[in-house]
Amino acid sequence: MIQVALGFAFLCYGLGLLFNLWRIVKGPDSADRILALDTMVINVIALLILYGIHKGTAMYYEASMLVAMVGFVSTVAYCRFVLRGDIIE
Amino acid sequence: MSVIAEILVSFFLVVSGIFGLVGSFGLLKLPETLQRLHAPTKATTLGVGGVLIASMLYFLLIKGSFSMHELLITLFLFLTAPITANFIAKTYMVRSLRAKDLPETGRDYGWAIYDDPPGEGTNR
Repeated sequence: MIQVALGFAFLCYGLGLLFNLWRIVKGPDSADRILALDTMVINVIALLILYGIHKGTAMYYEASMLVAMVGFVSTVAYCRFVLRGDIIE
Repeated sequence: MSVIAEILVSFFLVVSGIFGLVGSFGLLKLPETLQRLHAPTKATTLGVGGVLIASMLYFLLIKGSFSMHELLITLFLFLTAPITANFIAKTYMVRSLRAKDLPETGRDYGWAIYDDPPGEGTNR
């Protein structure tokens, strides 16, 4: 039963990644693209944890933690670059 | 006991998958940028929270080992999601809205992203 639910969750988050990619291609403003990239990072975190459940190992939490930190820093850096024209003033 | 644990983990997995899909679909479907900001920042964070609860229950009830990493990731995401949403909203305002389109702040100083901060001189 867990395997079926895992397959469903994998499908949902993979489809979500495709939706985000479409928003990055289409997005009329750069705020849309930054938002879509941030959502992609969150979906990738969920996919990594799902893969950890699938493999039955606790090794993927470190990877998802790193992805979360790098994603947050990159989103803030991108926003600051658009806002101020510079990342570290 | 094991069947109940499996049902619980599967329930959280399905719910979180639906929430994640709804968040990404809202990002695709809603018509304006500030409305699109609403969908993923709430629903996807809730979806990731569901996945983390599911994995915590899975390792606690089925594998028999408890770990705090999931709570760390949840805490980190819940701390950073409002900050990124605020930054993205600011980015959109700077690029697409003019100061005269917005309502008055009702204070001595205007909106923080258009006016210089209060104090001596400017910060730049």
